[in-house]
Amino acid sequence: MSHQARDLAATRAHAPHTSMFLRMLVRAAVLRRGRAASALFAMVVAAAVATAMLNLYVDVQAKLQREFRNYGANIILVGKDGASLPDGTLAQVDSALAGRGIAAPFGLVVARTADGQPIVVAGVEFDRVKQLDHWWSVSAWPATENPHLSQNRGEVEHPVLVGVRALPLVSPKNQPFDLSFQGRKLHVTPAGTVQTGAAEDSRLYVSLADFISWAGVQPSTIEVAASGSAAEVAAVMTQLAQAIPAAEVRPVRQIMEGEARVLGKTRATLLAAAALIILTAALCVLSTLMGWVFDRRRDFAIMKALGASERLLNGFFAAEAAALGATGAMIGFLVGIGIAAWIGRANFHAPVVPRMGVLPIVLAGSMAVTLISAILPISLLRRVQPAVILRGE
Amino acid sequence: MFVRLVYESFRRQKRRKVLAGAAITLGVTVATAMIAVATDIGDKINRELRTIGANLVVTPQEDSLDVEIGGVNLKPPTDGAFLSEADLPKIKGIFWHNNIVGFAPILPVSAAIPHEGKPQDVTLTGTYFAKKVSYGNEEFVTGAKTLYPWWKVSGAWPDDNSRDVLIGERLAAKLNQKPGNTITISGRQCRIDGILSTGGAEDDEVIAPLSLAQEILGKPDAVKRVYVSALTKPEDAFARRDPKSLSGAIYDRWYCTPYPQAIALQLTEAMSHSHAEQIRQVAQNEGAVLTRIEGLIFLITLAALFASGLAVSAAMATAIFERRAEVGLMKALGAGKLAVASVFFAEAALMALIGGAVGFGIGSALAHQIGHSIFNSQISISPVLLPVILAIAVIVTFAGSAMAIRRAVSLDPVFALRGEL
Repeated sequence: MSHQARDLAATRAHAPHTSMFLRMLVRAAVLRRGRAASALFAMVVAAAVATAMLNLYVDVQAKLQREFRNYGANIILVGKDGASLPDGTLAQVDSALAGRGIAAPFGLVVARTADGQPIVVAGVEFDRVKQLDHWWSVSAWPATENPHLSQNRGEVEHPVLVGVRALPLVSPKNQPFDLSFQGRKLHVTPAGTVQTGAAEDSRLYVSLADFISWAGVQPSTIEVAASGSAAEVAAVMTQLAQAIPAAEVRPVRQIMEGEARVLGKTRATLLAAAALIILTAALCVLSTLMGWVFDRRRDFAIMKALGASERLLNGFFAAEAAALGATGAMIGFLVGIGIAAWIGRANFHAPVVPRMGVLPIVLAGSMAVTLISAILPISLLRRVQPAVILRGE
Repeated sequence: MFVRLVYESFRRQKRRKVLAGAAITLGVTVATAMIAVATDIGDKINRELRTIGANLVVTPQEDSLDVEIGGVNLKPPTDGAFLSEADLPKIKGIFWHNNIVGFAPILPVSAAIPHEGKPQDVTLTGTYFAKKVSYGNEEFVTGAKTLYPWWKVSGAWPDDNSRDVLIGERLAAKLNQKPGNTITISGRQCRIDGILSTGGAEDDEVIAPLSLAQEILGKPDAVKRVYVSALTKPEDAFARRDPKSLSGAIYDRWYCTPYPQAIALQLTEAMSHSHAEQIRQVAQNEGAVLTRIEGLIFLITLAALFASGLAVSAAMATAIFERRAEVGLMKALGAGKLAVASVFFAEAALMALIGGAVGFGIGSALAHQIGHSIFNSQISISPVLLPVILAIAVIVTFAGSAMAIRRAVSLDPVFALRGEL
């Protein structure tokens, strides 16, 4: 024994017992790099897939709810018994919403055209309607700074959005025309047309400021698109009902029920898919790892032959499995968040927010799977004599 | 000899074959189920979206302007043009008749109900509740009940051939009426079958069978509007093109795609003097929601295919790695690399075929179960998919085994037999 080797042996003899355990763990991973890497790879893939699926499952609701807000209002405020809403109601609605949605007021009267035809004229804030009712097909929205002066005569111009069915009746050549309501006249200039396939097509839309000064009527309806889950929308509804006692607050039930159904079914499908995929990934890890542990039955036999206790052996393989599971889970978690974010961007044009709550679940699941796949073959091998294994039988 | 090698391998190493076969079966099961769900999800979600109500409306072509606020028509209802009720069954005769989920005609008339001594003006809307309509040999039931699932009726739905009515909840409270009462509507005795709650304008109305509304209006066969609920394909740039500008084959393609526009055109053709249009609030948005959900499930299916591919590869790699000694023996007896590899590939192919077929069966059952428990309807899986799935299974199994087989055949038989590797 060389001098050097004796020194080495001496230092090792004084080192604490744990270092041998650690060295065995590290050596096992380093010496069989290929197999350890493939086991780790399987673990990373499984954890990544599980993370991505769980993240999507949690986030898809918020994503789809946003899509459903394009259907427009889910709450409608109307004055009790058909009365107008008191002044300042819109400001109250806005403060109750606090950015969790959008509200748009509508005032409606039946006016008459120059030749005495009755027609519904609505007063709206074009900016808000544009945000609330995405499906309106509008040829050109009226400019929103109002009033603006027409260039030639210095007169105040009142832009109007004309429903496609009303257009041939009121302004076939797109010329300005007069509207009268209770003897008062309003000279309006068509700015564009609106098409929706519903009642809007037969109406005229003027700005709310013009509407109030001309007809002397305050808006009677406020349509609200509140964002969030069903419970959050319900909370907004009670809040609105308390804040504005003069108004009747109604849910738009067709939108709410449709949304609830589609969301529920999509989430259920996603859950089923997640369960299947995670199960497959877990089994993949299980088979790879069990193969790896089985392959090392010689190591196992040598350790046993050298006098390692059952406890130490179990501890060794369990620690190895736990380390593998934890490492795989951490890397897989990061990869999975990346996948979920990419799916969010590709499909919903908004990234999926990483949910840290998923991490403990993935971590615990990964370690459970790796522990099972390590302990199972060990408990089989334990019954076998080391000599039999070492002889390669 | 070759066949015997493969056969004996299956006969003697049952445990390993079962393990690898189980992995293939599971992988194919997941792949089949996910593909089946992904191909059907659009149709399923489309049907769920129909709970939001009609996406198409048919109106008379020469109609005068509606003067309507909050669902209350302020014009004399005799005004304007009408559609013919006799034309309604033709809706089920259009090219995309299978995509028509339901339709309901609407005829609003004003009626008077005596209340506390004086007549009260109300809007009475005539419609179908669950009317049996037949077109050709086909019989189907359609009406408000299928079209508006969010209509809640406390009491019973009236019969379409009766004079029973539904009364909106706000109107019922105002008139102090409840189900079972008999009221006089414009001089006719009608029984209230139920109280209707919709959260919309109908809460202030009387909803009656279409024939009663026609009788009050004095115009048999008249219908003001028809609301149609149809399964449509999300609109794209092609859908928005003007059909009049399209020629021959391109026009046919446009016409034979269930775009909202194409179905609207077919409805216009089916009913005389009519004009059909999409209700943009419903039609436009369902396209967006549908595209998102389909995209999501498609991406997840890719993930599932990837995961199952990986599971199969891992199982195959492990199975082959365990058989180093066998490879060593074969090589020591003089087998070439090609001969050894072909034995393994033949085994892999055989397992892929068996596992694939079993997995396809289980996967179909699983898809069926998912469809049943989530959507309450069948997810059909076409048998055409079987060869595709089998081919994928064989390819994935080959790909998964290739690396392991390459390593196995390049082993030095001496080391392999001594178990040192």
